[in-house]
Amino acid sequence: MTGHFLQIENLARRFPQPGSKEPTTVFEGVNFSIEKGEFVCIIGHSGCGKSTILNVLAGLDYPSDGHVIMDGKVIEGPSRDQGVIFQNHSLLPWLSTLHNVTFAVRARWPSWSRAKIREHSVRYLEMVGLGEVLSRKPAQLSGGMRQRVGIARAFAIEPKLLLMDEPFGALDALTRGVIQEELLKIWARTHQTVFMITHDVDESVLLADRVLLMTNGPNARVAESVIVDIPRPRERATLHEQPGYYPVRNHLVEFLVRRAKTLASAARDTDPRHTPRTVNPVKPDNFPPRPALVRSG
Amino acid sequence: MNRTATLKLPQYSSRDLALGVVRGADTVRKGLQYPALGIALLLALWWWGGTVIANNPDTMAFASFAPGPTLVAFWDMVSTGAVWSPIESSLQRVGLGLVWAIVIGVPLGVAIGYFLQLRQLTHVPFQFLRMISPLAWMPIAVLAFATWDAAIIFLIAIAAVWPITYATAHGVQRIDPMWFKVGRNLGAGPYHTLRHIILPAIAQDVFAGIRLAVGVAWIVLVPAEYLGVTSGLGYAINDARDTLEYDKLAAIVLVIGIIGYLLDAICVRLIKRSSYREE
Repeated sequence: MTGHFLQIENLARRFPQPGSKEPTTVFEGVNFSIEKGEFVCIIGHSGCGKSTILNVLAGLDYPSDGHVIMDGKVIEGPSRDQGVIFQNHSLLPWLSTLHNVTFAVRARWPSWSRAKIREHSVRYLEMVGLGEVLSRKPAQLSGGMRQRVGIARAFAIEPKLLLMDEPFGALDALTRGVIQEELLKIWARTHQTVFMITHDVDESVLLADRVLLMTNGPNARVAESVIVDIPRPRERATLHEQPGYYPVRNHLVEFLVRRAKTLASAARDTDPRHTPRTVNPVKPDNFPPRPALVRSG
Repeated sequence: MNRTATLKLPQYSSRDLALGVVRGADTVRKGLQYPALGIALLLALWWWGGTVIANNPDTMAFASFAPGPTLVAFWDMVSTGAVWSPIESSLQRVGLGLVWAIVIGVPLGVAIGYFLQLRQLTHVPFQFLRMISPLAWMPIAVLAFATWDAAIIFLIAIAAVWPITYATAHGVQRIDPMWFKVGRNLGAGPYHTLRHIILPAIAQDVFAGIRLAVGVAWIVLVPAEYLGVTSGLGYAINDARDTLEYDKLAAIVLVIGIIGYLLDAICVRLIKRSSYREE
């Protein structure tokens, strides 16, 4: 066994194309791994298949080729080991804030007592600052609060792997900043393994240990694995003062603006079993074979 | 100093309090004035109709349909308790008919809403059956069931099952696919999906269907009770006609209307309680 917590091997997804015998390949030859407790973001332009990869990891979708091994087992369907935070809060509107969380906690640990389920759920809601609105229905919450309930719910079931599909995409910039910091706090306390899709370069620099960069679809690939070599705890207000901030950010932006496209056309001629290049923009001469986890606190 | 203190503690004079009470009473009055006016208009129309009948020598015999004699007969029925027995029989029949309609209609509606093929398969036959007046089944019901009671309950059930089925199916079709995804992600199987996602999501639509069904059932009940039974509000109307007690007949019509209104009000409460959409 490879020993990685999560191992994605040669993943591909093809869709039949109307009016053509050849199916469209959204992505292929996707190989990467994630360690336990690591926070990994994936960035790529629309249509590169990020969401499909996430759905495969969640067991909600199936790859056309390749497989995913988590903790030594192949993922073959949804299970309580994978928690998902969707782009739209996805709360059940007839349940209160508290019951949206207890509902999930009870599903995870059916043998727990009522009091224990409640106590556990309240603890996670308090972590995202929602201890005061337990009895409100989602319709009575702001967009930011709803997304926080979704975060509390996903963390509360303590999944082996937490998946987030652009969790803050629907929020305004100010709320997004506040909730990003809340996410950092709750993550620092729980050390969940996180795989997150984002479109926001700054968000990925703030949150991630590593950023996976995808080339444009069709035939998209994970081209690079960029180490975010910035010490934790990180704060939004001081992040840009860190020496590592601009090298990482510039590298990501440059990839998205320029190389996502050029690499996409070049990739077709290369070996399909493509392993992403590990890059550390802070120390460009140092190419470690595996990313060292940089974390403090 | 003094000024900030007065700002922090506003003094309410008795005049302010009085104004507040008047305003509160005003809101209540405004909420009730149109319903009250509506009732008054109906009573006035009834009274006017009664006078016209009483003053026409051809129709004078029916003068006790007017509000005066009717309300006296109504009070008589309530004070002697005679009103309760037909109400009980009728409510029992409607209740049983509705129970059957719900037991059949809700699962059927969930299945039709969930499976597209079933929806396509049942569309023509069900729309065909739905359009047949429940009373048209009367002769068949009488042949098919051993007792009159069972025949009436069948007629009510067949009238009530369609609104419940279609409201339920509509509710299922409106379920946000995201909620199924959430359920699957939490490891929900078919039972849990039904119990924790589908049923709470459609409760409001099911009650809306039951509200429509109650209306239809209550309407079908009276003609159905003209059949062989010797109890219930429909029978009481027929009986009063045969004995020429028109004041009693009108009083029963009044009872039917009041109970129908109350049944509807209960359904409205249930819809509101199970509602989570802002509509």
